[in-house]
Amino acid sequence: MTVAEFAEKYSLEVLSMPDPSREIKGGYMGDLLSWVMGRAKADQAWITIMSNQNIIAVASLIDVACIILAEDVRLDESIVENAKAKGVNVLAAKSPAFEVACEICHEIK
Amino acid sequence: MSEALTLHFDVNGEDFTSAGQASVRFKKNMRELGVDPEIIRRASIAMYEGEINMVIHAHGGVADVNVTEDAIEIILTDKGPGIPDIEKAMQEGYSTAPDNIRSLGFGAGMGLPNMKRYTDEMKIESTVGVGTTVTMKIKLK
Ligand SMILES: Nc1ncnc2c1ncn2[C@@H]1O[C@H](COP(=O)(O)OP(=O)(O)OP(=O)(O)O)[C@@H](O)[C@H]1O
Ligand SMILES: [Mg+2]
Repeated sequence: MTVAEFAEKYSLEVLSMPDPSREIKGGYMGDLLSWVMGRAKADQAWITIMSNQNIIAVASLIDVACIILAEDVRLDESIVENAKAKGVNVLAAKSPAFEVACEICHEIK
Repeated sequence: MSEALTLHFDVNGEDFTSAGQASVRFKKNMRELGVDPEIIRRASIAMYEGEINMVIHAHGGVADVNVTEDAIEIILTDKGPGIPDIEKAMQEGYSTAPDNIRSLGFGAGMGLPNMKRYTDEMKIESTVGVGTTVTMKIKLK
């Protein structure tokens, strides 16, 4: 399923979507950035509640399909602009990280 | 890919929010060279971890990259406080990062282990009170 399709189906807010047709091929959940960099794989959706500028660089380097902010976490406008400039997809969910993970799991089975 | 390429970046120790710029630029350069995506991913994560370490622990530094036909070499040099016990610093989970840095998601003590995991060779030279040089090599063949 693509990032755009996932956002649509689960009514996630689209904060940045420069690459809507990017395929989600799994998920990774975590807030400790070095942990995520060591464990997450390319093309996964990265679920986090971290909302500082550094998540954009991390997402870009590890090459995830998108960041999904859980728990209704918000981003500053400058971070959203940075995400768009770096080509990083960012979605925002009202639900807890666990529920977002369940939805991803459901789609990639 | 035939020609050798060298890159030099100044890593600003004051500006934490834009930290990672050198690694993002490096990644773009490697893409343009046509380096294998998985190698780019490993090398740029390793470089980012080193870059962030210089910002958090050493007030910034410089990054030099040499790309030859055989390998990518990344050399990170700082004039920070140095690492008193390198073996301990290399352990997963060991971190001296302060609370304000931890609240941003750093300080898991996984940076140096990641750098080792993602590269083929890694060497740390450090003198307390003088600075630290980390040299990493990723083979291209
Ligand atoms: N360039 C450096 N100068 C001085 N000390 C350093 C440097 N790089 C690492 N260290 C020391 O080594 C420790 C371990 O580094 P490592 O990158 O593994 O973890 P961290 O930076 O604390 O957390 P994380 O990388 O998970 O965000 C650091 O906490 C710090 O004490
Ligand atoms: Mg680190």
